[in-house]
Amino acid sequence: MADLHRHDNRLGVWGWLGGGRWGVERYAYILHRVTGLGILLYLLMHTVVTSLRVRGIYLWTDGGFLHQPIFKFGEFLVVAAFAFHAFNGIRLVLVELGFAVGKPIEPVYPYKTSLGVQRPLLIVVMLLAFIFLAVGGYNFLGLAK
Amino acid sequence: MSNGTKFWTWHMAAGVALLFLLGLHMLIMHFGGSVHLFAPHGSEAVSVENSQWRDAHTFFAITYILMLGVGLYHGLYGLRTILLELTLKPAVAKTVTAFLVLVGLGLFGFGSWAAWAAHTIAIAGGKG
Amino acid sequence: MAESNKIVNFHVTRYNPEKDVKPYIQTYKVEVTDGMTVLDGLHWIKEHLDPTLVWRYSCRMGICGSCGMLINGSPTLACNTQISHLGGMDITVGPLPNFEIIRDLVPDLASMFDKHASVKPNIIRDEADLVSRQGEFYQSPEQLEEFLQFTFCIKCGCCMAACPTLATDVRYLGPMPLTALQRYNTDTRDEGFDIRAKIAGGDGGAFSCHYAGECSRVCPKGVDPAKAIQLLKRKLVLDYLHLASKKQPCKKLEGPGHGKLLPNMNPPARTVVQDAPAETNK
Repeated sequence: MADLHRHDNRLGVWGWLGGGRWGVERYAYILHRVTGLGILLYLLMHTVVTSLRVRGIYLWTDGGFLHQPIFKFGEFLVVAAFAFHAFNGIRLVLVELGFAVGKPIEPVYPYKTSLGVQRPLLIVVMLLAFIFLAVGGYNFLGLAK
Repeated sequence: MSNGTKFWTWHMAAGVALLFLLGLHMLIMHFGGSVHLFAPHGSEAVSVENSQWRDAHTFFAITYILMLGVGLYHGLYGLRTILLELTLKPAVAKTVTAFLVLVGLGLFGFGSWAAWAAHTIAIAGGKG
Repeated sequence: MAESNKIVNFHVTRYNPEKDVKPYIQTYKVEVTDGMTVLDGLHWIKEHLDPTLVWRYSCRMGICGSCGMLINGSPTLACNTQISHLGGMDITVGPLPNFEIIRDLVPDLASMFDKHASVKPNIIRDEADLVSRQGEFYQSPEQLEEFLQFTFCIKCGCCMAACPTLATDVRYLGPMPLTALQRYNTDTRDEGFDIRAKIAGGDGGAFSCHYAGECSRVCPKGVDPAKAIQLLKRKLVLDYLHLASKKQPCKKLEGPGHGKLLPNMNPPARTVVQDAPAETNK
């Protein structure tokens, strides 16, 4: 029996997205990853681009290569990613350091879990991220000037 | 205690530090219309004049370097976490770690040099 | 309310290691009566349609943890899932993901049990204390509450199947073993924190959890592994920063009557039956 082939049912990277029931924390988890990677990519490019000012090259000002609507839009995406990652990060720090998950309780049906304990926090930080983004968008569109 | 706990604790601490550093950075650079901070030359926070004005201040040169170091650690450690969750072979995992450390140190060195060079240039420009 | 004797399509994952290269889906039309669980549905298939269908079960009442399956995309116990509660005329039944399939709906849970054993899920204490018959260990109701929730785990593997990190990371211990680890770390009779801190803080330990929360969402016993892992991380970080209060292992009772509730001490409501007042220590 031991030599019979077993099928490996591991879900793979797709399992990061799906796998079980899709809870809101699962979306937050995957979005946190995607935005983090996006911001990291931006940081690497941003470091190089801004360092060029030492040579007097300002790519982002009037007439510069990066002074185009497409890059402006890309920059707004970075601000959006930052807003989500930063505010969700506040929640994660609190949750992962055990501040927002509650104490162990007796499991009585219908079960209450730590997900419910931290859910209000999730809602609050998402609202804050949205407000941050709305104000950011207002500035990006030049409406504040 | 093990290395996992140590690196993760600093990963979290770096995240909290970034919250303040990048928060300020964002307010200055992208919310110039609403909160006019550290940009005396017109409303465009990222104009050459305003960039040079900030470069002339040691505070900004230091926060740029801090932000870069903390951001690179937080970001590259996060990337390493994601990559290592792909069940890499131990040798590949070590190579990935070494590569990310090199990228981090290299960019930190380059960025810090640039931030400080911009600072000295801006000061010299201001005097001249 | 489900109508009596309606027909529901069971889309069941089949895999025979002797014949099949990979799993495939086979559909059965099941005559469903009121009160029928998914496990009952599988029995109905075996009796009426296909005696070759294989799955693992034992108690039929949510105690043994044998019949964990992926039902309508969610890991849960087949015996604990009413067909009428799922709604719809189609139900998908598959083996738990993130494990190898032995046959049809039977996952190989050995990888989970090995990881469970590796976190030292037992009281670690001075051998002399453990074997000595002089007195029992004293543990207050509050101290018990700190880990009691995590003892309800039945090792069904649903949390492991739902965990996104385990979808790719073979080395990650996973929600079930880490919850067991936290359960013993919190036990006041235990002195094994330092040993387990190395396991939990190492590669594949607690920090591969990113709180997607799926384990707690699917746990059929309300054990809340995600909570256990976050509390574990907190302990590890505080220990690293030297901010943790040093745990004093509980003492043994010195004799009859010692360690009972004091008259002015309020026990948690859950632990003591309200109409039977606690005995006082005179």
